[in-house]
Amino acid sequence: MTLAWIVLLPFIGAALPGLLIRAGRDACALTTGSVTLLALVLLLTQAPAVFAGEVIQARWEWLPWLGLNVTFFLDGLGFFFAGLILGIGLLIIIYARYYLSKDDPMGQFYAYLLLFQGAMVGIVLSDNILLLLVFWELTSLSSFLLIGYWKHLPAGRQGARMALAVTGMGGLSMIAGMLILGNIAGSYDLTVILQHGAEIQASPWYLPALLLILGGCFTKSAQFPFHFWLPHAMAAPTPVSAYLHSATMVKAGIFLMARMWPVLAGTEAWFYIVATTGLATMAIGAWIALFKDDLKGLLAHSTVSHLGLVTMLLGFGTPMAAIAGVFHILNHATFKCALFMTAGIVDHEAGTRDARRLGGLAALMPITATIATLAAFSMAGLPFFNGFLSKEMMLHEAAHTPWAGNPWILPAMATLGAVFSVAYSFRYVFHVFFGPRRDDYPQHPHDPPAGMYLPPAFLVVLVVLIGLVPALAQPLVTVVAGAVVGGPLPEFHLAIWHGVTLALGLSAVAVAGGAFLLWRHAVFNKLRLALPRPEAKTMFDALVNGLAAFSNLLIDGLHNGSLRRYLAFFVTATLAVGVTAFMSGEHAAGLRAPMPAPLVPILGWLLLVGACIAIVFFHRNRLLTLVIIGVMGLILSIAFIYLSAPDLALTQISVEVVTVVLLLLALNFLPKETPRESSMLRRLRDGTLAVFSGLGVGGLIYLIMTRDFTSISEYHLAQSKPGGGGTNVVNVILVDFRGFDTFGEIIVLGIAALAIYALLDGALHGPAARRLNSWIPDQERAKDRHPLMMVVATRVMLPLALVVGIFIFLRGHNEPGGGFIAGLVVSIAFLMQYMASGFGWAERRMKIDYHAMIAWGVLLAGFTGVGAWLAGRPFLTSDYGYFKLPLLEKFELATVMGFDIGVFLTVVGSVMLALANLSRLARRTEEPVSDEPMDFKPVPEEEEIAPDAGLSADVATQTGERS
Amino acid sequence: MELLVASGVGVMTAAGVYLLLRARTFPVIIGIALLSYAVNTFLFATGRLATNLPPVISDSANGYTDPLPQALVLTAIVISFGMTAVIVVLALRAYLEAGSDEVDTAEGERPGTGSSGDGAGTGGGAA
Repeated sequence: MTLAWIVLLPFIGAALPGLLIRAGRDACALTTGSVTLLALVLLLTQAPAVFAGEVIQARWEWLPWLGLNVTFFLDGLGFFFAGLILGIGLLIIIYARYYLSKDDPMGQFYAYLLLFQGAMVGIVLSDNILLLLVFWELTSLSSFLLIGYWKHLPAGRQGARMALAVTGMGGLSMIAGMLILGNIAGSYDLTVILQHGAEIQASPWYLPALLLILGGCFTKSAQFPFHFWLPHAMAAPTPVSAYLHSATMVKAGIFLMARMWPVLAGTEAWFYIVATTGLATMAIGAWIALFKDDLKGLLAHSTVSHLGLVTMLLGFGTPMAAIAGVFHILNHATFKCALFMTAGIVDHEAGTRDARRLGGLAALMPITATIATLAAFSMAGLPFFNGFLSKEMMLHEAAHTPWAGNPWILPAMATLGAVFSVAYSFRYVFHVFFGPRRDDYPQHPHDPPAGMYLPPAFLVVLVVLIGLVPALAQPLVTVVAGAVVGGPLPEFHLAIWHGVTLALGLSAVAVAGGAFLLWRHAVFNKLRLALPRPEAKTMFDALVNGLAAFSNLLIDGLHNGSLRRYLAFFVTATLAVGVTAFMSGEHAAGLRAPMPAPLVPILGWLLLVGACIAIVFFHRNRLLTLVIIGVMGLILSIAFIYLSAPDLALTQISVEVVTVVLLLLALNFLPKETPRESSMLRRLRDGTLAVFSGLGVGGLIYLIMTRDFTSISEYHLAQSKPGGGGTNVVNVILVDFRGFDTFGEIIVLGIAALAIYALLDGALHGPAARRLNSWIPDQERAKDRHPLMMVVATRVMLPLALVVGIFIFLRGHNEPGGGFIAGLVVSIAFLMQYMASGFGWAERRMKIDYHAMIAWGVLLAGFTGVGAWLAGRPFLTSDYGYFKLPLLEKFELATVMGFDIGVFLTVVGSVMLALANLSRLARRTEEPVSDEPMDFKPVPEEEEIAPDAGLSADVATQTGERS
Repeated sequence: MELLVASGVGVMTAAGVYLLLRARTFPVIIGIALLSYAVNTFLFATGRLATNLPPVISDSANGYTDPLPQALVLTAIVISFGMTAVIVVLALRAYLEAGSDEVDTAEGERPGTGSSGDGAGTGGGAA
């Protein structure tokens, strides 16, 4: 549980700084510091157990079926890194309190810092590699926030973006590698994976996993050729640089290489990839650092170089080298963090951190100069400082490791790196703090407040202490290296004096060479300027721009705003997917006996196909199209009847009527002709797509129909009467077995009607309304708009049609019919009144609120379902019984009747709402509302009959209406 | 018989897809209507074909065809009506707003209402 608290505390604490900044900057820093301190104390309580060699574990199941669990474990390595992260984090928090100016949002800063801290601690304590990956990505994200903290600086934003891009890419590669590793080991738990070293190295997947994981480690730890992001991340405030680049973020890659060392190290591939990369990074980073005038740039490249050093040591794959690597991680964290802090102090107090504008600061800021000098000497590897000890060990290991059979190349390169390292360390001291005093500092330099120099001073005390009494670090290094190696360690002693060894000689060469380099710095700078200097940022930007241009090209090609193009792509893609799926599957033989085709169906087929062909050729004549559509719908209805689907036939034919009327109403306002626009090529393309789609769909259904199948319908057929209380199985399925589906569908229908209402209501305002008001009919109107015969016939038929509707509704449960069909029939009955007598006349007499009708329909259906709850049964469970009333036969009542009424009401409401609103548009343009029962004013006999009575009456109404 | 139904579905699909790819809204709507026919018939046909076997339980029946696709298609027909209604109204509104029934406006927005409705713009109190 303690382990979980160590990880969780920073995350929980991240909420505090943002709140407590209101209480002042001190309170904010104090809270943040307390959170970190508490986590550190919790960690230290575990120290005795860790030093006794125990591995503390904590485990919670999270997503066990994915192998993702919240598991933590604490051994020497985890303890060491967690200590570095929390300990140095504490110092950084103190330092940042004095470093940040009043204008910087401090609450944000500490919140980001704690998030980052939590993510880092999560990485080093995770036992589950998937959990580790989550924390790994969290560090990328939170470091992005930290590096880009000064949002107003373009360099900060660009640096943050670059860091995120590079480390994020590495993170993806790492995920792949870890998944492979987990698959080989059969578990995602690190403790288990670490037991399977031999098995993993023997696997054919070892090399891919290694490369992918190293891709993550190298990008995070800024190894060549991914080193370029780190110097650009220096645009961050100095506390961030000090934290991220001395002890934490860049050490995450190193940590992981150390963690995976027992599993991955020791092979030739490991040696040549890791050691060579480390060596190259060490030399190149040091060379660049020597010529950086920006102090933080110098330290950044020096960090790259030192990370290379540790990587190389881990790459050697020997326990001794691992010990040296661990020791150097500790030493580097102490002196580099102190150096970053002093660079920040110089920047803060002198106003610049450009080495060319500095010098002679030793007298002005003696405390800072002392701290910086001691730390830099450690970085240079001078005796009596801790940097000396680990560099000595590194040179020793390098001197005894042949590279591709060549014994001198490693020591030579390592010494060269050490020479540069000495040179830039000396430069940091002599070009900044020594030399002549200047009189053109941007600000008057002086020592900072104690809060700023105490944290680096504390670190420098450690630097000197370990340097003088190395035995102090012996227990820690032993337990950490033991955890890295995962086995017995060779005998070793951390000591200043090992006698006159080759390493000592190389060290002397490095110091002498470094001093010479600095003495002739200007000469070497000229030499550097003469050499080609590939600028990583330009290349990175070019790469990013290239990728962006490629994406734009792709997007512009696919998405140019043309809906027709999208549709064509969609159809093509659907075809491709369908064909691929069909081709890659297995197919049963078509053994189902085909049905004979008598003459009448063949005639129907001819009509249907003829209609389809006609519609394609005559689709420009829109009215004709609607006629053909009507023909097709009719044929389909007949086909349904013929093929034993009476319910479908009834539905199809009633829907057909409503659809065609709707389309006609809409067409009233739309152009009646479609112009010929598509090029021949376009039509050819569309035709080809269409033919292939038709072949695909037709072929598929033919294959389906010629194969036998099993269906769940047997159950429906068997249970329809005893379970659902009805003999029309289709209706019972609709209102009972699959009632929930139907419930959803009537809701959709209601929503569609409301959408139509919204669309048309909106058309009564704005440009659409202006267009309507000035509408000029593009076709000649019939003089006799409401023919007498039709008016009379529809009015007589209305009650009949309603009775038919009720009849269809009532018999629906047992015979073809039901709520859907009855709703459509009743709608058509009403619709006929609209058509025959005019919208205005009909609307005045139809005092029904269709919105409410839809709502009641849905609610009623819903209540019927809820009613089942009252009986203690699931939603929409039906019940039925038989009743006897006097004068009537015994009849059946089922609860689904209520549901079906709901369906009925929704259908009528939806259809009528859609059509009534279309008619509103029509009335807006031309339709006068006639108050008379029909447009022809029945002329009283005594009055004189005018020759054009009907027409003038019409005109009269019209003018009356308009005024 | 199967061949007739299958080829019918195929021809309706082909005509529907072709109309779907036209440049004006009205043929697109007709195309969608045709595709609805095709899809509904397709779904219905997955229950295989049978004559004189309606799924209405009775003692004299010789057997029943598969009722489940029929139930699904019944709601599908009603829903496709709802869908057709929405897109037709959408097309209508778009035409009234923009003065054009072209599907694509990739070449840039067409001039809006022009001068046609300026005079009558305020007389919106009808209906």
